[in-house]
Amino acid sequence: MNIVRNHVLISIDAGTLMSGARAVEDALVKEIVKQGLDKEVSVLETGSIGITGRGVILVVYPEGIYYADVTPDDVPELVEEHLLKGRPLTRLILTETPKRTIITKEKTGLLKEQPRIVLKNCGFIDPENIDEYIAAGGYEGIAKVLQTMTSEDVVAEIKSSGLLGRGGAGFPTGMKWDFAIKTPGDEKFVICNADEGEPGTFKDRLILEGDPHKLIEGMLIAGYAIHGTRGFVYIRGEYSLSIERIEKAILDARAYGLLGKNILESNFSFDIVVMKGAGAYVCGEETALIESLEGKRGHPRNKPPFPINAGLWGKPTLVNNVETLANISEIIRNGAEWYKGYGTEKCSGTKVFTILGHVATPGLVETEMGTTLKDIIFEYGGGIKNGKTFKGALVGGAAGAFLGPDMLNVKMDFVNLKEYSAALGSGAILVMNEDTDMVDMLKSVLHFFKHESCGHCVPCRLGTARLVELIDDIAASKAKKEDIDQLLEITRVMKDSSFCPLGQSVTLPVSSALKYFKNEFMSRVTS
Amino acid sequence: MYRDAILKKFDPRLDNILFILHELQDNNPQHYLANADIEKCADYLNIPYSYVHGVVTFYSMFSLKPRGRYIIRLCDSPPCHLMGSESLLDYLKKKLKVDVGKTTADGVFTLEITSCLGICGVAPALMMNEEMIGNLTPERVDTVLEERRQTS
Repeated sequence: MNIVRNHVLISIDAGTLMSGARAVEDALVKEIVKQGLDKEVSVLETGSIGITGRGVILVVYPEGIYYADVTPDDVPELVEEHLLKGRPLTRLILTETPKRTIITKEKTGLLKEQPRIVLKNCGFIDPENIDEYIAAGGYEGIAKVLQTMTSEDVVAEIKSSGLLGRGGAGFPTGMKWDFAIKTPGDEKFVICNADEGEPGTFKDRLILEGDPHKLIEGMLIAGYAIHGTRGFVYIRGEYSLSIERIEKAILDARAYGLLGKNILESNFSFDIVVMKGAGAYVCGEETALIESLEGKRGHPRNKPPFPINAGLWGKPTLVNNVETLANISEIIRNGAEWYKGYGTEKCSGTKVFTILGHVATPGLVETEMGTTLKDIIFEYGGGIKNGKTFKGALVGGAAGAFLGPDMLNVKMDFVNLKEYSAALGSGAILVMNEDTDMVDMLKSVLHFFKHESCGHCVPCRLGTARLVELIDDIAASKAKKEDIDQLLEITRVMKDSSFCPLGQSVTLPVSSALKYFKNEFMSRVTS
Repeated sequence: MYRDAILKKFDPRLDNILFILHELQDNNPQHYLANADIEKCADYLNIPYSYVHGVVTFYSMFSLKPRGRYIIRLCDSPPCHLMGSESLLDYLKKKLKVDVGKTTADGVFTLEITSCLGICGVAPALMMNEEMIGNLTPERVDTVLEERRQTS
């Protein structure tokens, strides 16, 4: 048997692929053979390690050294210096090494590092190898459930964990499951909503690309809990690598008897198929998603009935977000009490945030619920790029809220942000520096809504069009003061009368932008 | 004939419609859904032509018009907007001498805009057919266009 002394992990995700990760990987494998190291060094693929915008990323273990912006031309030197002679190649070392832990502020105010939950395996294991997931404790959750728990036990455990749905609305997951289990039906479905389209959000993509089996396990447990028979993963069509990885994971799980009939020799049978979207933001809304799955235009449905009562093909259907489902196996394995040890009283666990815009190190982080906006931007995001100052942030995507500098100390969780008329949403944090034109940013947000309004209901279809006309005028300094009032009035009416959350949520970015940056808007209009 | 081969891969069920349309479009050298595609799909699923047309026009990834060999889909959502996608759009329009939704005279590029692609860490970004390209600058756009032009 060969003793491998070095493992080189290469991050293969949408970001590194576009920087030429495959070419680097090929060069690496060839060079290692050329220098006669192929019995001592192994090259492994993994998902994203959470750093973006730094080209191809490699990690060499056991030293744990990160290299960034690696090109095929660098490979011979890297192999010779580090892997042959044992001298790390300093010119490529990534100094701002990503945090593999979540940092939490204890009551004492001290920073404390703790292991990740949702992203535990991302960037560590090979997402295309089911054995690595199993070696990392994977599928223990479903085994525990099948051997020792009833469906009711599972639902009770999730309820007691306090997990809130991570898709944006923050609805208690356990309660949803409870409704599902109580709804009678010969056939019930579990849908994983992977139609991630909220601008600035890519957490679900990184889970799908980095740890697809975790999602399968979460769906299996959900299926067992609600007496489900089939599962569907609805992924947006643009996420080709995610689709490829989850499809492979499903095939592997099937081959291991973890999907299909009589899973792990129990009476529980469940299978999963992948469905591919075709570019429609509104399909992230659960009833629109179901329509799309059925092969129709993705128009939202009237609620009630909720999907839990009459969803896909009229059958009881549980719809959960990717990140929600990625929490499930860990809660089952470690218990609800352990999970509640993270986060705040009303909002337990961790949240995956994507930090973007004018920050030094854009990327994604997993932090405890209740971490302050300031800590996320300055501890994880490395602060504002090029020594500029913080002006504001758009939190929760386009359907989220703008926050000003006086909100930096706000605790980021579903419950707390609601009190400030903001929303955690998908966890996207778009950071803007002092030079940002807030009118222009709101313009971009409103153009997004106009483009994505599905046209089904009048308030949203006409409202978004009128909002765009108004903001274009304001941005071009051609508007009157009353036009600003009209912006607010239209979004208020849209909130009350739109058919689905898309139109209802436009009020959030508009009212918050005017709350924190009113002066900027006023300076563009005549009275 | 290739159309029949594609259809045969799927059960004639309505919930397969997006798969079928994706594959028909991907196999059309001009990256669009022609009348024949829609007719075939409607016949196969035993639904009206108008129904398929309705589905096609709802989703932004499908096109009813022939497109170039490379479809450039520039993101204009807030994260890319903040990092300068608007000026890049102007640059692309000028460089390719086309407006949004149009194809260059030589049939190589079609310029489109898209909503968030989920690669915001490298904003501004675009998608060129299946490939994601980020950290865009006018110089990088030049290089990317030149590479594609040479291979086509």
